Amino acid sequence: MKAQTLAKSGGLVVLLVFAVLFPQVFSNPSVTNYGVLALVFATAAVGWHIFSGNTGYIALGQAVFFGSGAYAMGIAARDWHMQATAVFELLPLSAVTGALIAIPFGLIALRVRRHTFIVVTIAIFFIFQLMAFNFWFTGGSSGLGSPFLSWAPVPYNRNFYYIALACAVGAIVIAWLVGRSRFGLQLRAIRDDEDRARGLGVKAMQVKMAAYMISGTITALIGGVWFYYLNQVQPQTGFNPLFDLTLVLMIFFGGYGSIAGSVLGALIIEPLSLWLNTIPALNGFNEIVLGAILLLVLLFMPRGILPTGAEFITKIRTRGRPAVVPATTIGAAPSATPSAPSVSSGGAR
Amino acid sequence: MARELTQAIVNGILIGGVYALMAVGLTLIFGVLDIINIAQGVLVILGAYLSYSLFNKAHIDPYIGLLITIPAMFIIGVAIHWAFISRLRGSERTSMTLLVTYAVGLIIEGILYKVYGANNVQISPSYIDSSAHVLGFYIGWVYIWGFVIAVALVGAVYVLLYRTRFGRSVRAIMQNGDAARLVGINVNKVAAITFGVGVAVTAAGGMVFGETNAFNANSGYDLISRLLSIIILGGMGSVGGALGAAVFMLTLESVVTIWQPTWAIAVYYAALVIILLWRPAGLFGQKAVRAQ
Repeated sequence: MKAQTLAKSGGLVVLLVFAVLFPQVFSNPSVTNYGVLALVFATAAVGWHIFSGNTGYIALGQAVFFGSGAYAMGIAARDWHMQATAVFELLPLSAVTGALIAIPFGLIALRVRRHTFIVVTIAIFFIFQLMAFNFWFTGGSSGLGSPFLSWAPVPYNRNFYYIALACAVGAIVIAWLVGRSRFGLQLRAIRDDEDRARGLGVKAMQVKMAAYMISGTITALIGGVWFYYLNQVQPQTGFNPLFDLTLVLMIFFGGYGSIAGSVLGALIIEPLSLWLNTIPALNGFNEIVLGAILLLVLLFMPRGILPTGAEFITKIRTRGRPAVVPATTIGAAPSATPSAPSVSSGGAR
Repeated sequence: MARELTQAIVNGILIGGVYALMAVGLTLIFGVLDIINIAQGVLVILGAYLSYSLFNKAHIDPYIGLLITIPAMFIIGVAIHWAFISRLRGSERTSMTLLVTYAVGLIIEGILYKVYGANNVQISPSYIDSSAHVLGFYIGWVYIWGFVIAVALVGAVYVLLYRTRFGRSVRAIMQNGDAARLVGINVNKVAAITFGVGVAVTAAGGMVFGETNAFNANSGYDLISRLLSIIILGGMGSVGGALGAAVFMLTLESVVTIWQPTWAIAVYYAALVIILLWRPAGLFGQKAVRAQ
């Protein structure tokens, strides 16, 4: 056990060193661009995980925070006439905006559960998109531009890479701390059975609200970074319905309910879809190819590539020995009646 | 003023009927299979494009073309269910179906984009602009016929669900899937047919949508969020609820448009949020239809 912990932390250090060295080794801006956007999505995915991964409430309204963070930064930079690197001082403002928006949003959405929750988050998302289109201070459908940064392409991408990396690492640390705390345990109790958790003394609404605010803060912060990196935001890019679906897809792709899985999914899917866009032969087909890849993974590794991969390794290592099934995988394993869909699964929660 | 209001209400009711038709498929699929079919919006657009092609290439009137497109969409629905959805298992199945149908929608959208391009099109037979003159109001025939077809098909689904042996097994599965299997219902077969029927009605919904709106491959996203709101509001799994909710919401939007065209959609979604806070099971849903 001790050796395993050592190996794990060793692996993390190697990964971190690799992440830090990445823009030094590959300084080409078109490569570091992949890195920046992948880290932006990794941060957003971890933000999603802190609330939705722990509580089981599938939120499809994270773009509300992402877009609000971007718009908060853009509006403040414009109205306060901020220039160049001083704009980065507005990142805390983006984060606070996310936390503040999470309060009314959560008070409305967290009162309902399951599918109703999903649809309420979608509805609130569309209200926000429309506000971005129609308010007098948001720049309408042409959106907002950011102040100009006089960096050359290579350091530009490299600097943003490190900012995004810092956000991602920060988000992962927060998610890890949440996961191993009493607070995280309460969140997972809500996922397993909210009524029972309430009966056992978990203040469900407060706990969910706190997690939702943390999630909103992280997502809005990275939204601000994303805005300044791209120098612009429009209502349909800041408040993008595909952002929400892509985020959920990344997490289910990597491994739902685990931090590593959420990060891994983002780090694979975002560069993949960017790369598919650049292949001329696939012009017009990239959407189809992306959809097909996602379908294959969802159908053949339904629990995400990380848990399935780990299981595969365990299987190889224990070959010839009596199988020891890790306790966590029993619930998700194929049920005893594989011939029909388990329709009743909906009523249980 | 009163005249404008009446006109807006009439329009809202007629368009609401068409939305009800698209939503009935979604609510049926949801109620029986516990599946959130995100692809429903894109499937509506696929139905619209099928009618569009039949009309433009083969010169078949869109209404007669329904005899071809409805069975075609039924087969597509059964195929999607067989190929992807019936294979999903496990505790996160509902969330997985959401993602799988999203991926299916992406593929269909990509194909439509490849075949038809990004330009907006509209199904425009010769009678598209003719309108009936009733009590001093001008109402487009397209809307009237769309409404008639919608109500007829929603009625047909209702009869199928509540007056046939098949419908009884569907409702049995809605109540308790395991018990239904125990009394000898072939759950997989019923599920596949239900999914097929839910997709088949989008052929008609798409046809009317394509006559009354310009559309392209991307139009599905706006549709699916409206359809989801309608079925949540109507109480999931309830056919009558979908009809009522669709007419209510579209009338509301149509009336608000008189004063505030830019904010009409926001009022639509705000109304949804308010109603759900007041009645989490929807306007017409019984609390116990599905555990909240």
